[in-house]
Amino acid sequence: MQIETKARVEQLTSPAGHPVAVLRFEGDIASTSKNAVIGTYQSLPKGTSLVLLDFTRVDYINSSGIALVIQLLIEASNSGQKVCAFGLTPHFTKVFTMVGIPKYAGIFPTQAEALAGL
Amino acid sequence: MSEPKSTAAPRPATVEVRVPSRLGFEKVAMSTAASVAKLMGFREDRIEDLKTAVAEACINAIEHGNRLNEKLSVGVILSAGPDALEVKVIDDGTGMIRQPGKQTAPDIDRKMRGEEDTRGMGMFLIQSLVDEAEWVAGANGNSSYVRLVIRLDKDAE
Repeated sequence: MQIETKARVEQLTSPAGHPVAVLRFEGDIASTSKNAVIGTYQSLPKGTSLVLLDFTRVDYINSSGIALVIQLLIEASNSGQKVCAFGLTPHFTKVFTMVGIPKYAGIFPTQAEALAGL
Repeated sequence: MSEPKSTAAPRPATVEVRVPSRLGFEKVAMSTAASVAKLMGFREDRIEDLKTAVAEACINAIEHGNRLNEKLSVGVILSAGPDALEVKVIDDGTGMIRQPGKQTAPDIDRKMRGEEDTRGMGMFLIQSLVDEAEWVAGANGNSSYVRLVIRLDKDAE
């Protein structure tokens, strides 16, 4: 009964002129979201070096969903990519901070701030 | 002649919900807990904390207590007292819910190095987001429950 996670990729350019892949998530992020989170990330073109995670339209994240985000960060780290996230509610910003995610991915309120943070 | 007013503390108002052991239905319990907390006057940020704690407790009951057996259900009993909301999340099953000690924060560095499972943060979140969390094993391994309490902060709420 979880709301399916939808994910799509959009290519943007950072203020410094570098290509950025934005993974836009929508719905719930839970244990059933592996294809949407990890699968979408793994579909990024080779050579992608800057990644943004857009949580603006995510309604619900549980600890299994957070585990998938961490799994994405592991793969990104192994690939030498820089990752930032934006659009989390204040509550989930707090939860992400509690589990230590900011050490490996900057968390910003808006897309503009996240792009500037890359 | 007017009747003397009772000086006894009012009994807590109780709300009970029973949800199927299917992932996703924890959201019903979350919404119910949020509604009761809002009626009690909790701040929005505390309500969000409670929602996540209740969700994680229900997920534990569904996955570990009831082992995803949809013939079993998870009971959620909310007791709204004068200055605190107590939530009990009860499973019907014989699965063992680990009795945690004080949970330390997840070690993100070990997770990133692959030395620790990326999962397993639910109990830490529960303990961190509510004022009290107690895990109680049922008799003969049946019907374990977790008891969560959040207290109204009269100065801040």
